[in-house]
Amino acid sequence: MHARIARLARSLLVPGIVLVIWEALARGGAIAPAILPAPSQVVLRWWQYLLPPLPFDGSTSRLAWLVSGELPQDTTGSLTRVLGGFLIGACVALPLGLLMGRIRLVHDLFGPVLEVIRPIPPIAFIPLSMLWFGLGNPPALFLISLGAFFPVLVNTIAGVRNVDAIYVRAAKNLGADEATLFRRVIFPAALPYILTGVRVGIGVAFIVVIVAEMTAVNRGLGYRILEAREFMWSDKIIAGMITIGLCGLGIDLGMDRLNRWLLRWQRGLEG
Amino acid sequence: MAIARASEPVLTPEPVLRVERVGMTFTAGTREVVALQDIDLEVAPGELVCLLGPSGCGKSTLLNAIAGFTPPTSGTLLVSGRPITGPGPDRAMVFQEYALFPWMTVEANVAFGLELQGVPARAIGERVGGLLRQLGLSEFRDRFPKELSGGMRQRVAIARVLAIDPPILLMDEPFGALDALTRRNLQDELIRIWSDLRKTILFVTHGIEEAIYLADRVVVMTYRPGRVKRVLAVRLPRPRDTASPEFNALKREVSALVMEEQQRHEQAERGATAG
Repeated sequence: MHARIARLARSLLVPGIVLVIWEALARGGAIAPAILPAPSQVVLRWWQYLLPPLPFDGSTSRLAWLVSGELPQDTTGSLTRVLGGFLIGACVALPLGLLMGRIRLVHDLFGPVLEVIRPIPPIAFIPLSMLWFGLGNPPALFLISLGAFFPVLVNTIAGVRNVDAIYVRAAKNLGADEATLFRRVIFPAALPYILTGVRVGIGVAFIVVIVAEMTAVNRGLGYRILEAREFMWSDKIIAGMITIGLCGLGIDLGMDRLNRWLLRWQRGLEG
Repeated sequence: MAIARASEPVLTPEPVLRVERVGMTFTAGTREVVALQDIDLEVAPGELVCLLGPSGCGKSTLLNAIAGFTPPTSGTLLVSGRPITGPGPDRAMVFQEYALFPWMTVEANVAFGLELQGVPARAIGERVGGLLRQLGLSEFRDRFPKELSGGMRQRVAIARVLAIDPPILLMDEPFGALDALTRRNLQDELIRIWSDLRKTILFVTHGIEEAIYLADRVVVMTYRPGRVKRVLAVRLPRPRDTASPEFNALKREVSALVMEEQQRHEQAERGATAG
């Protein structure tokens, strides 16, 4: 117990000192607030950004009122886009990856095209996506799904290729047909790889959503921090950045827990 | 003793498994390796036959061919008179590496084959429950394979194939990775199951004592090309006493045969490294 408190104290030491010096510099007027606001100012701004803009008047539910602030609206908007885009990308990548990993012909048909497109960063598709889909959610979803597509695809193919042949033999020996084999053997056996792809894919999707919002969408966290720059609201920019960081952390922790649960069979006697 | 069984040849030996002039050739790079050559073998229903030989004698290759994983390059394989065209639940395999599905619990592993056959859930539950009890696995039903010892995993693998009630069991060095005591335990368990259920068992091993302890007949194979060197009937009553003079006389005879092949194997390896 003592050791844990000591460790916690050590890990908070450097950030604490940095914050104190930063606060002192900003309050002492050494740095202009438009360049670098005091941490306390950022927290205050973050809180204002979080609060509902109007007092509760009973015209909506209490929950709807509670999340009517700019920050909750931006955050849910961004996360919804991430989720939607990711689902579109993954739902194409997963079956395609399973087939490409298992069937030589499918791999030969789609492999070369995909290898040419894969090195193009999804962000490089922004101009084209705006020409194709205009502004708003459609180009954003396109870009995000593209960002999530390749990590899921590549890892799914690798996962299928790495399925131990003995599981396939055992399943066929017990009478499994090809469809059952996919569903009950190859897919679960490849799941560790697939989940790695999902984790990377959702990370890329999160990067792409911020960039997409800075260009094609006029909502969301990415849009908000760019908008704040025009008004020189550095405190709001940093508040938005912190929110983006917290969302990323939350997604990663959530994925980690999901992975642990889905792959609980990988832990052995020691676990 | 319930375990003792008549070891005399069956009177009407209509073979359940017939291996006729089976050959298997692999190409390794530019070299052709003859793994099996002119194998002839008949296995009667309910017989327990051990394929014995040094590594490289093709005993596992023959078993894989019978399982339908790799068709032979020549000759015919017949099960109950019908040619083997691929893997099927009438010839269930127990692997040395267990090959349990690690993402399924013990119960789900055992139920897998029955689910493929579309057996109603309730019947599956009863059958799986019975098998788990029989093999002493009831308390492990919700565990994953990784959480079990090697011996327990192999019990699950045996329960998994017994669930689909195959007439023929193919066992590829199933107890090879286990410690001596666990191995003896499972050998006795196997004999018990075999005499209860009257399965035909083809059992691959490189253990001379294991082969004599288990088999009605021991088929000694030659090192490359794999051929049948000698077939010996073991007429000792079960449970067999590994310390008895008869057991040891047989062991000496089989050892001499196997060692000849082992030496050919070692010479071939030396030749390969010297060349």
